[in-house]
Amino acid sequence: MLPEPFTAAGSSSFADFLAQQSPGLVPGASARGVGDLTDVAPHGTTIVAATFPGGVVMAGDRRATMGNVIAQRDIEKVFPADEYSCIGIAGSAGLAVEVVRLFQVELEHYEKLEGTELSADGKANRLAALIRGNLGLAMQGLAVVPLFAGFDVATRIGRIFSYDVTGGRYEEHAFHAVGSGSMFARGALKKLYRDDLSETETITATLQALYDAADDDSATGGPDLTRRIFPVVAVVTADGYRRVPDDEVGALADEVIGARLVRPDGPAAPLN
Amino acid sequence: MSMPFYVSPEQLMKDRADFARKGISRGRSVAVVQYADGVLFVAENPSRALHKISEIYDRIGFAAVGRYNEFENLRIAGVRLADLRGYSYDRRDVTGRSLANAYAQTLGTIFSAGGEKPYEVELFVAEVGDDASGDQIYRLTYDGSVADVQGYGVMGGQTEQVETHLGEHYTEGLDLTSAIRLAVESLGQDATPARTVPAGDLEVATLDRTRPQPRKFKRLTDETVNQALG
Repeated sequence: MLPEPFTAAGSSSFADFLAQQSPGLVPGASARGVGDLTDVAPHGTTIVAATFPGGVVMAGDRRATMGNVIAQRDIEKVFPADEYSCIGIAGSAGLAVEVVRLFQVELEHYEKLEGTELSADGKANRLAALIRGNLGLAMQGLAVVPLFAGFDVATRIGRIFSYDVTGGRYEEHAFHAVGSGSMFARGALKKLYRDDLSETETITATLQALYDAADDDSATGGPDLTRRIFPVVAVVTADGYRRVPDDEVGALADEVIGARLVRPDGPAAPLN
Repeated sequence: MSMPFYVSPEQLMKDRADFARKGISRGRSVAVVQYADGVLFVAENPSRALHKISEIYDRIGFAAVGRYNEFENLRIAGVRLADLRGYSYDRRDVTGRSLANAYAQTLGTIFSAGGEKPYEVELFVAEVGDDASGDQIYRLTYDGSVADVQGYGVMGGQTEQVETHLGEHYTEGLDLTSAIRLAVESLGQDATPARTVPAGDLEVATLDRTRPQPRKFKRLTDETVNQALG
């Protein structure tokens, strides 16, 4: 017979149910408090997101690092969260992937139990709670710092949320970046972003920003021309989540690289 | 001191079964039909919000008749069980069979436990496979017994005439439109003369293996159902 927690009424949260039923499976549950763990596991690096009229674009580079070693060169750090949102992760890669998996189930679980989707703000708040649960490990250097973006079905616009390790949730406007190369990516987007760009132009802007991040941050991977490894790009609009196919991203990346051969610092912004 | 009356176990179980059956037969029926692209559920349910048919997991659907609070309780338990299993292992490791077994044990324990009243519910658990031979449909009754359903099944109120009609007209590999028509027509056979179930009172959903998304469950809109019924 199914035990009591399975039939208990009231909660529609999978994370709460998991903590009750199988606490060992909750990401970050095994925090032990034994010093600095910064370099024991791969870290993911730069994620950028930018809105455009009718949606939002998120792109992430493909590198994971462990100290000075490149742990993986084709890691994927941008995932669908549900039909109308996506999540990109920086920080401790293994933990972050678990948090993403839990978050995906959390949203689907709610949808199935309640028969309706969570609001965009509801999703952002649930993610904050999951990140807060990892605070113990974050204090030891295994932080998970996601970037959450989605299409708000109620207001019909793209929205971006950033987080800190304590689960602080901040709504960002226009564009944002997280991870080790984020300050360079954000600097690039400051000069390139306009709120009237089309979907494809916004994708190009995020690719430019990732190029600049890789240019100045050793932990961010640039486009790998020999292996044809390009950033993972996701677009969320009223039609739902779409991962932009690799050949489309490859073609846009080739244009970016072609222009950089002429001007390595990228497009120049007007002075005034 | 008064002595309690002796009731034989046979009589006790029979009474409990009669009680459960009576509760179930008061409601309208639910039909499940295997069609070319998967499994179709059709229920007569005037409510838009309180569902008799639901999604459990990627390839697994659920339909129920009887007392709403009891089958809703089982549905929630099923979603929790499936999501927990999919999260701890992999999405592919969630099967209809294990869910049907969990339901069977739960219903069986409640039925034979002295303290509680038996659940007045019957359930269908269906799983859609990669092709028609992989489709599985289980029918669970109030006492926890499980039956493997082939092709079509009916449960709820006056199921006999409905099932007979469905059996007489069912063929393998029906397309969706004919499957919906057949199921709706059959649900109307519970009265003599047969009635037409109003399209607005139908709850229709499919497990469609041709859907590109991993989640194969889909509720059909009134528009789609009306179109199918012509």
